[in-house]
This record gives sequence, C-alpha cells and structure tokens, in this order.
Amino acid sequence: MAHALVAEKHPLDDLIRTDRMPHIWCPGCGIGIVMRCYAQAILESGIPVEQHVIVSGIGCAARTPGYMNLDSYHTTHGRPIPFATGLKLVKPELMVTVFSGDGDLAAIGGNHLIHAARRNVDIKVICINNFNYGMTGGQVGPTTPLGAKTTTTPYGNPENPFNFPYLLAAAGAVFVSRWTTIHARQVKEDILYTFHKPGFTFIEVLAPCPVGFGKSNNIDEGVEEMWLYRRRCVLAGRVPDETPWEALQVDLREERPIVVGRFVDEERPVYRPVRLEDKPSEHRG
Amino acid sequence: MKGRAILTGEHFMHGDHACTEGAIAAGCRFFAGYPITPSTEIAERMAQRLPEVGGVFIQMEDEIASILAIIGASAAGTRAMSATSGPGFSLMMENIGLAVMMEIPIVIVDVQRGSPSTGLPTLPGQADVMQARWGSHGDYAIAAYAPWSPQEMFDLTVLAFNVADRFRIPVMVMSDEVVGHMVERVVIPPEEQIPRWERKRPTVPPENGFRPFLAEDDDLVPPLAHAGEGYRVHFTGLTHDERGYPDMSAETHHRLVTRLVEKVRRNADAMIRYEGYGLEDAKIVVISYGCTARSARRAIGQARAAGIPAGLLRLISLWPFPEKPLRELARQAEAFIVAEMNLGQMICEVERYVAQPVIGVNHAGGAMIPPAPILEAIEEVATRGARIGRRKASAG
Ligand SMILES: Cc1ncc(C[n+]2csc(CCOP(=O)(O)OP(=O)(O)O)c2C)c(N)n1
Ligand code: SF4
Repeated sequence: MAHALVAEKHPLDDLIRTDRMPHIWCPGCGIGIVMRCYAQAILESGIPVEQHVIVSGIGCAARTPGYMNLDSYHTTHGRPIPFATGLKLVKPELMVTVFSGDGDLAAIGGNHLIHAARRNVDIKVICINNFNYGMTGGQVGPTTPLGAKTTTTPYGNPENPFNFPYLLAAAGAVFVSRWTTIHARQVKEDILYTFHKPGFTFIEVLAPCPVGFGKSNNIDEGVEEMWLYRRRCVLAGRVPDETPWEALQVDLREERPIVVGRFVDEERPVYRPVRLEDKPSEHRG
Repeated sequence: MKGRAILTGEHFMHGDHACTEGAIAAGCRFFAGYPITPSTEIAERMAQRLPEVGGVFIQMEDEIASILAIIGASAAGTRAMSATSGPGFSLMMENIGLAVMMEIPIVIVDVQRGSPSTGLPTLPGQADVMQARWGSHGDYAIAAYAPWSPQEMFDLTVLAFNVADRFRIPVMVMSDEVVGHMVERVVIPPEEQIPRWERKRPTVPPENGFRPFLAEDDDLVPPLAHAGEGYRVHFTGLTHDERGYPDMSAETHHRLVTRLVEKVRRNADAMIRYEGYGLEDAKIVVISYGCTARSARRAIGQARAAGIPAGLLRLISLWPFPEKPLRELARQAEAFIVAEMNLGQMICEVERYVAQPVIGVNHAGGAMIPPAPILEAIEEVATRGARIGRRKASAG
C-alpha cells in the first residue's frame, strides 16, 4: 500500500503568521496573490529574513504586514513611505518594502510618493491597484477611470485618473513595472529583481476588488477580472518610442489592451545621507 | 576629522541652537523636519551638526512626512527628533497618536509663534500647550516641557529624550519664539554628567515567544524590539493585543488604552519638573511657564519688595501637570494668578486642583507679557481681594 506524502510544512509557512488566519480579505480579492509573490521573493532573495522589513499605510492591501512574519509596521493612511524612509536611513542594511494600496500611496500619500521617487530613497514599493478604496467600501480613488461608478461617484467619475507608471517615471523612480494578479511569476520575479536594485523602485499590480470596483462596474467575480486580464493584457514595447505613455492608462470597462511590463529600469545615484567621516570638518566650539 | 558630539563648556548660545546641542548630546542621530519660523535654526544647525557626528539629517516634504520619518528611525533604534511651530505641529497631530499606539519614542520641539493659522510667524505665542496634550484624537498621554531659557532648551531636550525612551512615549519641548531666539549663557556639561535613561529592551531571544506589547513590570512599559533584530514584531496603530496583533474587541481596546494612559500617570513623578520662587509663605501664587515665567519672576520680586507675600510656581513640565505642588500650595494660598501668552489654557488645569479664585493674566501672543500686568494683578488681589476673571495684559 502506497503511503501518501504529507507535507508537514509549506516552505512559506515561516514567513506567514499562520496564527493570524483567517485573513480579512474577501473571496476573489487579489491582494493575497501578491503577498504570496512577496513571500516567495523573500525566500529566494538570499537576504536573511531578519533583514526584511515591511511597511504599509491603511487599507485592505495595507493589512498585508499583519500577516507576514517579519518586522512589520502598519502605519497611518498614506504614510508608509516617510516611515520607511526614516527606518531605512538609519539602518541601511535592512531591505525595506512598502506594501500598500493605490489610494494610500497616490491620494493621501501622493506627495510622499513623488518625493521619495525624486530623492531615490532605497525602498521597494509594491502597490496594489484595485481602482478604488476597497477598505472603506468602494469609493472613488485617484486611479478610478473617468466615468466609472463607485459609491461616491454614482453618476460616474468626473475626474481623470493617474497613470501610475507615467507618474512614477516622471518623478524619478529607477524601476517601474506593472503586472496583474494573473502574472504571479512576473510579480515575484520583479520583486526579487528590485531587492537587488538599489534605489526607489515601484511595482504596480492590478488586482480585483470584486466587492468594490467590481460590483459597481459589472465585474462581479474576482475570477471574471482575472479572465479579463488574461484576454487583454499585452506586453509593452519600449516606452515611449514603441508604446506611448498614454497607452498605459487603464480602464477595465473598455475593450482595449491593458499594457503590462517593465517600463523603467535605470541607474541613478541613490539617496545617501550626508556623512563627513572622510571629509575634514570645520572645527567648531 | 569628525566633530565633537558634546560641546562641553560655557557658551553664549541661541536657544534653538542650544536645543540642537541638547539633542545631539542626548544621542539624537536622526532629524527630519520642514522649515518653519521660529524653529528653522534647529533644522539648520542639525543639517550642519548631524553629519559631523555620524547622524542623519533629512528635510522632508512636509511635517507629516517628518514625524513619520522620525517614528520610523526610532523604530529602528535611533534617537530621533523633529522641530516645528504651530502650523507644522498641527500637521503632526494624527501621528502623535501613532507613536503613542506603537509606543515608539520620539521628541518633537514646537517653538511656538502667534497663532491660530499662519498667525504671527516671527513673534511668540504659548497657545499650543493644550494642543500638545490633547491634539491627536482619542485618549492618550504624553509628556511636554516648557523651557524658559536657552540653558533649558539644552537641558529639557536631553530630558525629553530620556523620558521618551524610558517610557516609550512622544515627548514635546514646548518652547516659544522668545526663548528659541534668545541668546544667553549655556553651560554644556561633560559627557559623563549628561543623564541617559535607556530604552527597556527584550531580555529573551527571539525564538522564545517574545510578546512585544506585554508590560510585565509595574511601570507598564513593555520592552522595545527594534527593526532588524530578529524579533519579527508587528506594530500597528490599530488596537492590538500583547502580541501586537490587531484585536477589534472592546475589552482589548479598553485594556490597551487604559495602560497607555496609566503608564504616564503611574510614572508621572519621574517626568514632572517644576520650580518655586518665594513660595514658602506665599499667599498669592503666580503660575507661569516658558518666557512668560521670566516676567512673572520679576513681578513677584517687585511685589515682595512692596511687602506683598507673592510667590511663583514655574511649570517646567506642562504635562504631566505638576498637580502635587499645586495641591500643597492650595493649603496656604489665598489666590492664584496664571500668566500665559494665550487666552487662558493652563489656567483650566489650575482650576481643576484649587478651590481658591484663579485669575488669568493673558495676551493672545505677539510680544512677551511684561512684568507690569502680572504685578498689577498681584497688587489688585493684595489690596482689593481676589476677583475672578481673566485680565488682558497689554504687551510692551
Ligand atoms: C486619515 C484617514 N482618512 C481616511 C481613512 C479611511 N480609509 C481607510 S482605508 C482608506 C482607503 C484605502 O484605499 P486603498 O489605499 O486604495 O486600499 P485598498 O483598501 O483598496 O486596498 C480610507 C479612505 C483613514 N484610515 N485615515
Ligand atoms: S474590499 Fe476589495 S480590496 Fe478589500 S479585501 Fe475585499 S476585495 Fe480585497
């Protein structure tokens, strides 16, 4: 009689606070997929687990640090980037990842986002973009497409959304990519890649929020949105010559391509605090 | 060659600079701020000095980013500070609550100017003192000190770091434009005489089920694990249990918030500072703090010279409020006068502890309250008896 092989422990178990399960996320939510990619990338990174720090703001995506068995900081709405900046600058040996939502990072925290990119602080940002505020029940956000319905735009959104990759490239991020939750492998690969890429890096992951953006815009199931990604995603050519920045604007409600891929991968001096160790200092006092 | 961290010796020093030197002497190695009059000299001197001593200076995009950056730096184990004035202090309020909830020590200096709003950027005020205590939402407790001289800008900044670290709370140095911009003698002691209270740190190794928010000692302060030490701790502004895990129950919430408030109450004696002048036989007690206390001291001297038994209780810690000496003075005093450069803030606290008439000498800010209106209030009480009310001080 053959014996069943029973795995006593999943390789990612040590990275997850299993005592915190079940999580709060809805069925069909995309956030968990990205959390898993992050955990896998940590495992493969060769960087000791103790050196990984995860920081978030507030929102559904921002709950991720609570489930990761790492030094984890769940800060206030919009503020993970400046928190991570302070932490990283005093302990540069740590690998500091900001894991948060599009509203958190681009609305209330938008100013911190562009300034950290401009400075090129060495922090890794993973942004879950579900085109709305999930946690508070599906309100309009800075990524909600023009005309889309949400609970606070019942007649359609009168505002233009941000085009994340374009914004981050302009602000100075040294690495910018976009994937969706069907691109688990690419997301993991990019997280891993950015661990070894000094500077401010930004990975946008489009993710279903079936109870929020989905419900208001006739994408009722998470899996339906996954199929939609699968049908429409196209890999970007070189921006802007082959794929213009404008083509990166996303509207799930329209039958047009969703452009994914790596858009920026550059070298730029990383922000380092001024040190006088090697320079002669003017005598004082 | 690196710069000296502690500028031991006698100096003729600017208040904001003395604050900077106090911070560096206390071991502050991270400063994040955003320029604002009248605190900017602190940032400027930090920008000069921190690189000399191996520290980090960063000018952030606003004061919200500044307070977050210092909380982050402190979470990683570095003594960290920011300095601002009213408008920036207001921007920091939400995240004072974050530092309280995460129990991450930080020091914030507010060099107060005339307010509200943009107010009087270059002129003094003392109208943020209640904001320091109550400005963030919810129940919490912090410590706040009011220096009255450049020397105290140094000394109280050192104390602020020690109290913050020892009790894991945000501590504020509530200076004012007069003291911040005053140049006076400042004595910086040798290194071994600069007090240092350490953070309580975990004593068990990470594997042994360290519970980061379990306060086992009577002081209610749990040991603090820093980022990167292997404890894999979760910090959140959400209500959390002893493991640091979010717990949305009323019971856990009550237990946590009560401990955070009680932690300060129980350790208040270690935080409270005050000073008395001529209080032994005082029948009329003036209460004041910061730059206004300088005028108050002169006023009670003048009153004494005229034969009036007046004394001064100078509040050095505004929060926790020195209620004990006040209760004791209530046994002998006939009236209290509270002189402050606002329209009546700390007077509310005084009124909570004494049954005698409490008279305010107030001015909305813009110039120091001179000794004269304080003396007038003393004389009036002495000759005509106490009359409850707030007096307008004409600032010179
Ligand atoms: C200062 C402040 N304002 C508002 C809120 C309420 N709030 C919590 S989460 C959230 C939006 C989160 O949206 P997003 O960042 O897109 O994350 P998601 O929940 O979609 O993952 C808001 C507005 C808050 N917590 N703090
Ligand atoms: S509300 Fe949306 S983002 Fe939040 S857990 Fe549910 S599906 Fe996910």
